Amino acid sequence: MSVDADTVRRIGRLARIRIAEEDVSAYEGELNAILGFVEQLDEVDVSGVEPMTSVTPMVLRRREDKVTDGGYADKIVANASISEDNFFMVPKVVE
Amino acid sequence: MTDLTRLSLKALRDGIAKKDFTSLEATDAYLKAIESGNDKLNAYVAVTADQARDMAKASDAKVAKGEAGPLEGVPLGIKDLFATKGSHTQAASHILDGFRPEYESTVTSNLWRDGAVMLGKLNMDEFAMGSSNETSYYGPVINPWRAEGGNKDLVPGGSSGGSAAAVSAWLCAGATATDTGGSIRQPAAFTGTVGIKPTYGRCSRWGVVAFASSLDQAGPIARTVEDSAIMLSSMCGFDPKDSTSVDMAVPDFAAAVQRGVKGLTIGVPSEYRMDGMPEEIEKLWQQGLEWLKAEGATVKNISLPHTKYALPAYYIVAPAEASSNLARYDGVKYGLRVSGKDITEMYELTRAEGFGREVKRRVMIGTYVLSAGYYDAYYVRAQKVRTLIKRDFEDAFNAGVDAILTPATPSAAFGIADQDMNADPVKMYLNDIFTVTVNMAGLPGIAVPAGKDGQGLPLGLQLIGKPFDEETLFAAGRVIENSAGLDLAPAKWW
Repeated sequence: MSVDADTVRRIGRLARIRIAEEDVSAYEGELNAILGFVEQLDEVDVSGVEPMTSVTPMVLRRREDKVTDGGYADKIVANASISEDNFFMVPKVVE
Repeated sequence: MTDLTRLSLKALRDGIAKKDFTSLEATDAYLKAIESGNDKLNAYVAVTADQARDMAKASDAKVAKGEAGPLEGVPLGIKDLFATKGSHTQAASHILDGFRPEYESTVTSNLWRDGAVMLGKLNMDEFAMGSSNETSYYGPVINPWRAEGGNKDLVPGGSSGGSAAAVSAWLCAGATATDTGGSIRQPAAFTGTVGIKPTYGRCSRWGVVAFASSLDQAGPIARTVEDSAIMLSSMCGFDPKDSTSVDMAVPDFAAAVQRGVKGLTIGVPSEYRMDGMPEEIEKLWQQGLEWLKAEGATVKNISLPHTKYALPAYYIVAPAEASSNLARYDGVKYGLRVSGKDITEMYELTRAEGFGREVKRRVMIGTYVLSAGYYDAYYVRAQKVRTLIKRDFEDAFNAGVDAILTPATPSAAFGIADQDMNADPVKMYLNDIFTVTVNMAGLPGIAVPAGKDGQGLPLGLQLIGKPFDEETLFAAGRVIENSAGLDLAPAKWW
């Protein structure tokens, strides 16, 4: 499988990365080089093999469903480029 | 007085504990070395001199009261990937401009608990994506090593290139690093230092900027096997804040260093003998096996048949996880924001400007392989291959192998701005061919300097261990270190 220029533009939109028109063909070449490299996985017989979900045999721990942390909204927004009254400020999203 | 920066971490710690010198003296010596050398090496992206001196004074006070911890007063460098409260934590990326965390990573908290002193934050490939430290927003790190008689700048490897260069050039006693596909072991091999990636789950990932969460592990880079063991004991430990942290006692790794290899079986995988591998790497590998045999180990040929598929599977799994993890960088919560006419344009412009080329490439690959219609063909298949890679190792260990010896890298350090590697991303990715299998299987792996190439540049060997058996790696690594008996001091030019 390989990508064309339209696919590069579509992936850019999905990834929320603006791809300048003059960069599209370079990305197309680079992504196809990587996709060509990973294509060799098609040689492997994976029938009956379970996909890995955890590299160590472990069960995820559970804990009681109660609040253990929080109460510091000021710290959460401390690094925001724009915040007001402990809210993140963004361009208007709903008209 | 002796140059305190030239002491091993252990000798420095013991000297501070015995009051031969103070932590403040050692810290000042390192700060001076950084001040005079960092312009040329570019290993540090931020130096926290005032904080370092405060921490050193606190350590000296603890030593005076007889309350010294296992790393009391030892000055360390911290990779920019670890959140350190109130100081530079930007994963060497433009998109995290100005980010100062309100919290401390578990690994660094553990180091401070044990008395270590922070000198500053170390350069790295952006978001730990790279094998040469050239993808950093802060520019490349220069390897302290140069070819004999040459003056060409070489890469220190990556992504923990700042960590490896700083340790090798005596700009810290030891450094934290992280390894997703080889990012501790490859730079260690390129700089004549020791680097260990522990078993997945040993070190908490909490507060470490995420790249590929099922592969990321923290570990130390240090100047000796023993120093790396001392650091790792402090870094590890159960952490309820990381759901994959393993609730297991942390051994005294330093106690295992002198254990020797008598009676151990060392596996030699035929698949690691790559076409076109330089003769000197093959010779080094054989030499390593001879050294282990001379100390009482048995060598056994083994097969890890899916080895060649580890790197292609990695270049699906790691970018897929990265595209998901890096979705959080949107210009809203922290770091860089580039304004747009609406929120989508703000996201797109922020991410276009904030991420470097390699990061964008990987996020795009990850987005593609996870997109509708491609998920099964790429991602699910890669995860199945990963199961087979892990099974190969399990079969070898079940057949009586205690540890596996391989080369660490396919070459010694290469030049900055290498034409071939710049032209083809896959060429750069091949640097991790021997290390990436270990991440895919979640195993521990150590890189130990074992020889030099024809130009006098360091070369490393890698030992791969059973899950949670780092102790055997320290024991066998020490035998290689001892037998090689190398002078690992780069000629100072910086």
